[in-house]
Amino acid sequence: MKLITHNMLTSKCLKGVVTGYPLAINATNIKVTEVDFNPEFISRIIPKLDWEVLWRAADSIGHSDGLPQTIEPKFEENSDFLKKAHKVLLEVEIEEGNLVCPESGRRFPISKGIPNMLLTEAEVQ
Amino acid sequence: MSRRYLMWFAHEHLDFRHAEMQSILSMLKIPIKFVEKPSEHQPYWIVDLPSETCVKQIAARSVLLKNCIELWSRAKSEAQLHKNLNSAVKNISNKWIIPNVDNEISDTHICPCQLLEVCSDSKKSFKVDVETFCKHFTMKEKVDKIEKFSYLPLHGPVKLNKPDVTLSYIEFYGVDPNNVPEEPCDLFFGKWIADGQRDLIQVHSLKKRQFIGNTSMDAQLSVIMANQAQIASGDIVLDPFVGSGSLLVAAAHFGGYIWGSDIDYMMLHARTRPTRVGQKVRKKEESIRGNLKQYGIESKYLDVLVSDFSLPMWKESLKFDAIITDPPYGVREPTEKIGIERDNYTLSEHHLDNHIPSKVEYGLPHIYSDLLNFAARHLNMGRRLVCWYPVVRDEYLEEQIPTHPCMKLVSNSEQVLSKLTARRLLTYQKISDDIPETPHDTRATVHNFRDRYFAIGEISRREKKERRAEELANSAIYIKAKQDRSK
Ligand SMILES: C[S@@+](CC[C@H](N)C(=O)[O-])C[C@H]1O[C@@H](n2cnc3c(N)ncnc32)[C@H](O)[C@@H]1O
Repeated sequence: MKLITHNMLTSKCLKGVVTGYPLAINATNIKVTEVDFNPEFISRIIPKLDWEVLWRAADSIGHSDGLPQTIEPKFEENSDFLKKAHKVLLEVEIEEGNLVCPESGRRFPISKGIPNMLLTEAEVQ
Repeated sequence: MSRRYLMWFAHEHLDFRHAEMQSILSMLKIPIKFVEKPSEHQPYWIVDLPSETCVKQIAARSVLLKNCIELWSRAKSEAQLHKNLNSAVKNISNKWIIPNVDNEISDTHICPCQLLEVCSDSKKSFKVDVETFCKHFTMKEKVDKIEKFSYLPLHGPVKLNKPDVTLSYIEFYGVDPNNVPEEPCDLFFGKWIADGQRDLIQVHSLKKRQFIGNTSMDAQLSVIMANQAQIASGDIVLDPFVGSGSLLVAAAHFGGYIWGSDIDYMMLHARTRPTRVGQKVRKKEESIRGNLKQYGIESKYLDVLVSDFSLPMWKESLKFDAIITDPPYGVREPTEKIGIERDNYTLSEHHLDNHIPSKVEYGLPHIYSDLLNFAARHLNMGRRLVCWYPVVRDEYLEEQIPTHPCMKLVSNSEQVLSKLTARRLLTYQKISDDIPETPHDTRATVHNFRDRYFAIGEISRREKKERRAEELANSAIYIKAKQDRSK
C-alpha cells in the first residue's frame, strides 16, 4: 500500500466511528520500488492531499527525510520538491502491517501490499 | 480548410460505434461534420475534420476504427471513381467541387488538385494499397486495378516498405458474404493517414495475459470503456468491483492512475482456482499489478484493496476522474456484501485476522443505487461513470435504466450475450454537484436481473441443449470436411 492511498482511506465504515481519519500505520515490512516520475501528475495530486497527514504518515514509518512539513506556494515549479513528494506518494510501500482506526483501535491488516478493509458480519450488524 | 476523410470501422460492436467515437471527439474537442449520413449497415463514415493532426489523435484512441484515409474520390462505380479523379487533376479552385448539394451521396464530388500534389514530388516514395471487402482478388488482379490510376501525377519512386505516402484504393462489395454483387457498390480512393487501435486487441489479449479471472473483460470492450470514460493521461481512475483488473489495464494504457477494490480477498491475492483450462495452480507473478507490469505500465498502479462496496471507505473529499466497472450480475459470481441474518452475533478477537466474513445478498438494484450515489459524490464535475448493466432482452425497457439527478446518461449500447440476455454499457456524466440530502434511491425502477435470469432459466436450459446439439453437428461437419480434404 502506497501513502497516496493511505491519504484517502478512512475507517468510517465502522459503527460509531465519525471520521475514521487518518488511520495510523503499523508497518512490519516496507519496500521502495521505482516508479516513473510524472511531475504533472504529482502537481495535480498535491492539492487533493492532506499534506500534514502525508507528512506524519511518512514520518511514522521513517520516510520523512527532506520532506517539507508544509507546501510552499509555487510547489509546481520546484522539481526537487516534486521528486520528494513523488517518492513518498508512489515509491514507498507498506508490504506487511496494519492500518489502525484512530477512534476504535480496530486493525485492518495489510498483507502482500494489499490492505484488507473488510469488516466482520458482526461489525456491520 | 477542413478536409474530408473516410473513417473505416470494424464490422462488430455496431451499437458502440457512435458511443465510442462521440466520447473520443468530445474528449479531444474535435468538431465533426458528416458529409454523408452514416448508416449502421455500412462500415464507413465520410466526414469533415479540421486537420490531419486531429485524425491522428482520434486514431490513437479508437479501437473500433480500423483506419482513416484522406478522401480524394468516392463513387458508386469504377468509371465514376476515375472520372472524379481525372477531373480533380484539373480542379485548381482549392475547394471541393460539389455539383449538386442536394444529393445525399457524395459520389460526384471532385476534390481539389492540391490534395493530389503530395505525390508529384519526385523525391517522395509511395505505394498504392488495394483493399477489397467481401471479395477476394489475386495479386495480379490487384496490380491491374492499380495500373488504371496511371493518369495521376505520381512522380516519386514506388516503395512497398514504409513509403512516404500510402495511397489507398477500396472496393466495397457489401457485408453479406452470401450475396456478393458482381461490381463493388462503393469505391474509395485517397491517402492513408492512420490506423486505429485494432492491434491493441492482440497486444492486450486475455489469452496471453498473466492474471485473468472468470469474468475478465476482453481487451476490446475494456478499451471501449476507457474511451467512453474519456480517460486521459494523469487521470485518477477507480474500479470498485475490480476482480482481475481487466478494465484498469485499458485505463492505465491511456495514462490513467488506477485504484481498484473488490470484496474477494482470494481474487485480489490471486488465490482463487486458476481460470485457464489445464492450469493447476496460480503462478507467483499473477496479480493485477503483474498484468500492468506485463504491459510496461506498472507506474500507473496505485493500489487495490479488499473492501465491500456497500460500505464507505474513501474520504469524502476524494474525487475521481473516472469510474469504470462491471458489477456482479449474480450469475457467474455472487452479488454479496458482508452481513449476517442472525441477531446479536459476536466474534472473538482471536478470530479476527483470518476470518472470512459471511455474506448476504447484495441485489443489483441496490448495487446500482449505491454506484450512482457514489459516482455523484466522488466524480469530478463533467467526468464519467461507465458500467455494465445486464438485461433480459425481451423485458428490457429504457425506463428501467437507473437514474440519478446528478448523473446524465450519455450513452447506452447493447452487447448481446445470448438469445435471451444482453448487457448494456451505460455511460453517465456528472452534471451537478447538488447532491440530494437523502441518498437518491433508484431501486424502485431497476429490475433484478438475477431473479429474471433464473426465472427464464428453464427456457435457457432448453436453449443451451439445442445449441450444444448444433455445435456437435457443426463439428461433425468440420471433421468430415477435414477427412474429405485429407483424402
Ligand atoms: C463481473 S466481476 C468483475 C470482473 C472484473 N471486471 C475483472 O476484470 O475480472 C464482479 C466483481 O465484483 C466483486 N464483488 C461482488 N460483490 C462485491 C461487493 N459487495 N463489493 C465489492 N466487490 C464485490 C466480485 O468479487 C467480482 O470480482
